Amino acid sequence: MLFEMTGITKRFGGLVALDRVDFSVREAEVMAIVGDNGAGKSTLIKTMSGAHAPDDGVIRMAGEAVRFRSPQDAWKSGIATIYQELALAGKMTVADNIFLGREIKRPILGIPFLDRAAMRKRTAELLNQLDVHVPSLDSWVETMSGGQRQGVAIARALNMDARLIIMDEPTAALAVAEVRKVLDFVTRLRGQGKSVVLISHNIQDVFAVSDRISVMRHGRRIAVRETRTTTPEEIIGLITGASEVRAAAS
Amino acid sequence: MCSMKTMGADSQIADEKSAAAATRKQNLHTIIQVVGMLPVLILICIGFEFATGKFLTARNISIVMQQASINIVLATGLTFVILTGGIDLAVGAVLAVSAVTAVSMTLTGMPDLAIPLALLVGLALGAVNGSLIAFFRLPPFIVTLGAMTAVRGLSRLSANDTTVFNAALPFAWIGNSQLFGIPWMVIIALAVVAISWFVLRRTVLGVWIYGVGGNPDAARLSGIKVWAVLLFVYAISGMLAGLAGVMSAARTLSANGAQLGMGYELDAIAAVILGGTSFVGGIGSIFGTLIGALIIAVLSNGLILMNVSEVWQLIIKGLVIVGAVALDRYRNKGSART
Repeated sequence: MLFEMTGITKRFGGLVALDRVDFSVREAEVMAIVGDNGAGKSTLIKTMSGAHAPDDGVIRMAGEAVRFRSPQDAWKSGIATIYQELALAGKMTVADNIFLGREIKRPILGIPFLDRAAMRKRTAELLNQLDVHVPSLDSWVETMSGGQRQGVAIARALNMDARLIIMDEPTAALAVAEVRKVLDFVTRLRGQGKSVVLISHNIQDVFAVSDRISVMRHGRRIAVRETRTTTPEEIIGLITGASEVRAAAS
Repeated sequence: MCSMKTMGADSQIADEKSAAAATRKQNLHTIIQVVGMLPVLILICIGFEFATGKFLTARNISIVMQQASINIVLATGLTFVILTGGIDLAVGAVLAVSAVTAVSMTLTGMPDLAIPLALLVGLALGAVNGSLIAFFRLPPFIVTLGAMTAVRGLSRLSANDTTVFNAALPFAWIGNSQLFGIPWMVIIALAVVAISWFVLRRTVLGVWIYGVGGNPDAARLSGIKVWAVLLFVYAISGMLAGLAGVMSAARTLSANGAQLGMGYELDAIAAVILGGTSFVGGIGSIFGTLIGALIIAVLSNGLILMNVSEVWQLIIKGLVIVGAVALDRYRNKGSART
């Protein structure tokens, strides 16, 4: 198991946002999280990415217990989050964004000069691995499409040696062709042995790429299903609570 | 099957076309930003030459450059600050304190310490501003507005509210001699520009400065020590204001704590903005700032040559600054962050 959460509880005042949630992701697995608005999906990934500290419970990364005090701590343990509001600098080039804070240096007289040639070469390799096409490595990120930006953000995560990549609604607000591209990124990440946590409202997307699906409802993780053996109807039933009603009736 | 293939190819061509268009648009953008005001500078120079007939002489160019040099140094320091999305209003007052310090030291027993101490005073005052902004998260405008007033008081205090004067100033050569026919003031200013260009374009620190200005959250998440970058830019701005103070003292052999450097920050800010550095942060260049400072100096010089009254000089300069901010807006059109 690459990543494991057990008994995670998070309260905001009187509200229990996460109620003893167990959650795990295997190596090279795409785990989808689905649930209605307010079911606790966002709070759950914020605890994974270090934005929230859980009130109770244990988080393990590659078998070791970890405590994240900030998103940086999570990055250091190999957990990268691709936010909806992408953490990219719009007026910087693709290469500068991918290497921000991790620049390749070529010290001359002890002054850390940038090795732009090496950074461009590595950028081209990363984008190639993911099959991301950008107008030019020197383009500003803000001139690119939503899908291309997702690609750059993922390339950045790969460059940070992330082993678990969390994607929060990566396909929301994208054109149809771009959605396919982003789902393709997810598959490619898995192909390279990376694990992905995918949050999505779109059941079709979830079935297209995930290996397993976790269903959140009222702050609890009520079910985990193998994507191969479940159906969209069952998942929707779990999300809306229709299956609980049926079970109670029978 | 066949038709699907063509459709795919078509959409790919369309993609490539739009990508190429985007690149062209960006290239144009970059060109506007890099050469930006250079054509304007050249046009103004040609215009003044036609109007006066004595603008484009070696002697006058040398005078313009010398007049621009102090503003170039101040504006270069400010470029660092404005690239992070901040502002430093205290540079004029810091210049005065440093000038007073430098001249006063030459009147004591340790004249050799005059320049190092003046630079150190500037650096320290800048570091105080930087600390308040980086650690207490106070808005740069407020911090440096307060510093502008407080440091002005400090400069009057250090000069006992008089003018300090030394006819035999040991470092007067900075202000009044030349190397191979080029005034030292100009050499210093251009050296500051060249070093700053290297720091911003070729070093890791430079990328961090642009990163902090471009997207502070991304910078923080990348593990960049945002506080260190902020501390650095304000300290550098202070130190360069200190250097400008030394240059100013060397030029006039004196320093007046109350008057010196009044309003200099405004000319420096105008130069930075004219040079295409955005107030929002993350965009801009040192080269642009150099051009901006030269435009301001050329305007002052040319208007004097044309015998335009001082009143109209002020009005014209003001209009140019407003025009520059309008340009800044135009340049950033389409970016949501403005």
